[in-house]
Amino acid sequence: MRFQFVLGEVFSGLRRNTTMVVAVVLVTFVSLTFVGAAALLQAQISKLKDDWYDLVEVSVFLCPEGSVAPTCAGGEATDAQVDAVRQIIDTELTDEVSKVYFESKEQAFEAFSERYPDGYQGTQLTADDMQASLRLKLSDAEQFAVVSDVLSGRDGVEIVEDQRAVFEPLFRTLNVATLLAAGLAGVMLLAAVLLITTTIRLSAVSRRKETEIMRLVGASNLFIQLPFLLEGALAAVLGSLLAGGGLWLAVRFMVSDWLERSVDWVAYVSEVDVLRVAPLLVIMAVALAALSSFFTLNRYTRI
Amino acid sequence: MIRFENVSKVYARGARPALDQVSVDVERGEFVFLVGASGSGKSTFLSLVLREQRPTRGHVYVAGRDVANLSAWRVPTLRRQLGVVFQDFRLLQNKTVHENVAFALQVIGKPRHAIRDTVPEVLDMVGLAGKGKRMPTELSGGEQQRAAIARAIVNRPQILLADEPTGNLDPTTSLGIMRLLDRINRTGTTVVMATHDDEIVNEMRRRVVELSDGVVVRDEARGGYGEREAILPDVGASPVLDSPGSGTRAPVQTVRGV
Ligand SMILES: Nc1ncnc2c1ncn2[C@@H]1O[C@H](COP(=O)(O)OP(=O)(O)OP(=O)(O)O)[C@@H](O)[C@H]1O
Ligand SMILES: [Mg+2]
Repeated sequence: MRFQFVLGEVFSGLRRNTTMVVAVVLVTFVSLTFVGAAALLQAQISKLKDDWYDLVEVSVFLCPEGSVAPTCAGGEATDAQVDAVRQIIDTELTDEVSKVYFESKEQAFEAFSERYPDGYQGTQLTADDMQASLRLKLSDAEQFAVVSDVLSGRDGVEIVEDQRAVFEPLFRTLNVATLLAAGLAGVMLLAAVLLITTTIRLSAVSRRKETEIMRLVGASNLFIQLPFLLEGALAAVLGSLLAGGGLWLAVRFMVSDWLERSVDWVAYVSEVDVLRVAPLLVIMAVALAALSSFFTLNRYTRI
Repeated sequence: MIRFENVSKVYARGARPALDQVSVDVERGEFVFLVGASGSGKSTFLSLVLREQRPTRGHVYVAGRDVANLSAWRVPTLRRQLGVVFQDFRLLQNKTVHENVAFALQVIGKPRHAIRDTVPEVLDMVGLAGKGKRMPTELSGGEQQRAAIARAIVNRPQILLADEPTGNLDPTTSLGIMRLLDRINRTGTTVVMATHDDEIVNEMRRRVVELSDGVVVRDEARGGYGEREAILPDVGASPVLDSPGSGTRAPVQTVRGV
């Protein structure tokens, strides 16, 4: 009966404040959509990293003939220099580097010819135009800086290059988009808190007589405040569900159905990721409502 | 049942105290009238018992507990032992009489079957049998006050506080309400009633505590209302009523009992 009574109060409150409740639902919907979008962008980034970082390596380019790098003063890297570098990798970088192989000029030319069978932009290159390198597979792609520190400046090493650098502009763009979404989400979340606060306050004022009598007959604080709490929480949770649904639809139709078909060699976020984000959105909604209630209730429905 | 020990209440700093060193002891089962001019502190007295206000100084004991130092989460427990009625009834206009009375039980978590059984009994007792389905607007003032009293006593409180319960009612209706309060008192409920109604006080001959500017000036076991101050100052033969100086009251000599 207690439960039923509280529920009855909640729904009568929702009915009395329909416009405000709709506003709360919409604002939480929009703000949490931005939160979700930011989360999905991050998920997308980590997906791409997982996918691509496995394919990329660190290239330790060995001195070619005629390089101006100070470490290449002795001309083309000698076998002794290469061995010395390999030695260092084996001893100092055992944890960071999982695999090493040597790519000779000929192998480099083969790979190059495979990729550009008709020559590169009209030029005709030979194996001598290629550069020999040590290819390192890192056990953790994030360890590049360590590897680079150790190997740069060794004799016979012209430059240490991280192939990941190719992706940086894309990731930077995605990160900026995430920040943007998060920023908008922040502003909207603030609006949501203010709106929920106002809604609870209006609701409390419109039920002042009831709460006054509840206080006088000895209803507990929780009992008096619960309907208001639930009202705010219900509206906010509804908004978060809408946000989750909106994101799901967006991913389903824009990513899975469209992007994946037009650009199919990229791993995209999927509905599964949305399902993973959605509970967080609901939790955030509850937290929002709780926060707003905390600021409002003690002032308006005190014993 | 209710004990005030040197209780003072100052609402705003610097203001004249609403209650000043009040010491009153109300026994279990007593019926006490609280009388005094407007602003003398009657409502303040009741709100201290209810712990709507806390005393500035002194102690208020209700049913053996020091109310002033009661922690907030225990206040509901205190109020469940108290019933209150007001001059303006304070019924919820969107609920029927039955629902209004049931509301008081619902919000303290009483089970539904208990509510179903007690509410009609109480309505019966206050003389509203068969009127449970009416809305407050469909009742006379006296009936509305009966509904409010029903709500106040439905949880069987040990103490019933009434702040001018007959203030909005005509003398005949008031008499009916007083009979009801008397009947409630005879079942063992302690009743404290603030009132301006001298007829009632004089008729009932119960204990009277008179306040004047926050001070207890009379506490009489079977007292009367005491003398009223003149509504208009006695300006004698002066032809001009609002002439300068006529606003200051002539000092009234009242004979105070023990
Ligand atoms: N909430 C409050 N805040 C500030 N001052 C108050 C408050 N309530 C009462 N007072 C002041 O305290 C004094 C006593 O008021 P109280 O309401 O107790 O008088 P009363 O005897 O009930 O008067 P009445 O017969 O008109 O109801 C008055 O001077 C009043 O202005
Ligand atoms: Mg009063």
